[in-house]
Amino acid sequence: MSTESNKIAGEGTGTPIIKIRNFDFAYGDSQALFNINMDINEKEVTAFIGPSGCGKSTFLRCFNRMNDLIDIARIKTGEIQISDVNIYDKEVDVIELRKHVGMVFQKSNPFPKSIYDNIAYGLRIQGVKKKVELDEVVERCLRSAALWDEVKDRLSESALGMSGGQQQRLCIARALAVQPKILLMDEPCSALDPIATAKVEELIHELKKDYTIVIVTHSMQQAARVSDRTAFFYLGKLIEYGQTDQIFMTPRDPQTEAYISGRFG
Amino acid sequence: MKRYFHHELEDLRSKLILIGEKANNAAKLAIDGFLTNDLQKVEHALTLDDEIDKMEATIDQASVRYITLRSPVSSDVRFILVAIKASHDLERAGDEAHSIAKRARNILVRDGQVENAVSIEEMSDLTCKMLQDAITAFIEEDVELAQDVISRDKEVDRLNKKNFKALATGSEGDTTEASTRFETIFISKSIERIADHAKNLAEETIYLLHGS
Repeated sequence: MSTESNKIAGEGTGTPIIKIRNFDFAYGDSQALFNINMDINEKEVTAFIGPSGCGKSTFLRCFNRMNDLIDIARIKTGEIQISDVNIYDKEVDVIELRKHVGMVFQKSNPFPKSIYDNIAYGLRIQGVKKKVELDEVVERCLRSAALWDEVKDRLSESALGMSGGQQQRLCIARALAVQPKILLMDEPCSALDPIATAKVEELIHELKKDYTIVIVTHSMQQAARVSDRTAFFYLGKLIEYGQTDQIFMTPRDPQTEAYISGRFG
Repeated sequence: MKRYFHHELEDLRSKLILIGEKANNAAKLAIDGFLTNDLQKVEHALTLDDEIDKMEATIDQASVRYITLRSPVSSDVRFILVAIKASHDLERAGDEAHSIAKRARNILVRDGQVENAVSIEEMSDLTCKMLQDAITAFIEEDVELAQDVISRDKEVDRLNKKNFKALATGSEGDTTEASTRFETIFISKSIERIADHAKNLAEETIYLLHGS
């Protein structure tokens, strides 16, 4: 698939929740993404793979406008629609957008607060004060993140005392508290051991019943295990996008084949 | 820790059991049809081959998918390897059953009945039991039964040689047409090949369970 054309990758394969059209993105004079056209389907896991510097994390951060925080970042052309709204429209409230599009980072970043307060934080900012309501959300989110049984007896303890894997799942639980539609995950397991990684992968598999998940990963095995669809990026271009089993078993583009078989990158 | 994709191995196992049952059924129908002059059974056996071929292709596809997407190791990777090899053996057993059925049909259509089955009956009883037991050993992870299956192969080989000798030379007073004798030699050989595939399946089961 050539990104030179305006063919929309993934179109017609499901119910798209994110639509990317003719998207060009640059840091100053350096163009990072070239004419991306793709649809990302609702309640699926979509993995972005590619060598370092290929633009996959940059692209991910465009979905909740995290790149707005970088002065020199700019969209040259194109748009990203989430639920049919152009998220770069002037009228879009970025705070509201980030409630709908949660993010989990490479390194877990719990607040230096209790486990309970980490989850309740977003809701309190939204003005929720009733303890019963907060309790209900904290339990629901910790259960969704497969963490409840491990921490239910120490909710008032500092989140910083948890293991790395638990902290990462707490960050996922925290992101769920404000009921997002989409969860962005930027290498969520790269700092975790294999068991903690497996738990996060199990969690991702469970969460896709209710959420759309877009994950950037350097681990091709992880992309193969957790995702329904995989997009391969190289030098800022979307080289190939398709069902994960097709991408890994019978890639159509020789560059995809070379990358996933370890011949470059 | 059981992962969400481990059920795919169970699905694969079910597919293997199914192809085993189909191949076993095809072999029984073809041989029974031949020995009891039952053209209907023979025709039925002929219809099973395509189904068995498709099942083998499905197992291959699922195995390659699992290797590619799930990064299996240790007993899981052995299981996948055995799935590919065992389904191939069972598909080949199905091919032999198809070949037996075709030759049996030729004989039955031409002669109306089988006159000279020499040691075919004894040999086919042994072979069908070997195949059934090889499948059971796989399902029940029974190494002893698998070893027993392997030990029975020599007797089938001996009976096949005996059949060949008797059919190739023809005994005194035997009025069987030469063409029928030749067809029966090939049937005997096919039964012997089914026993070989049963032996292979038993060896693969031992490899799966012992890792060597």
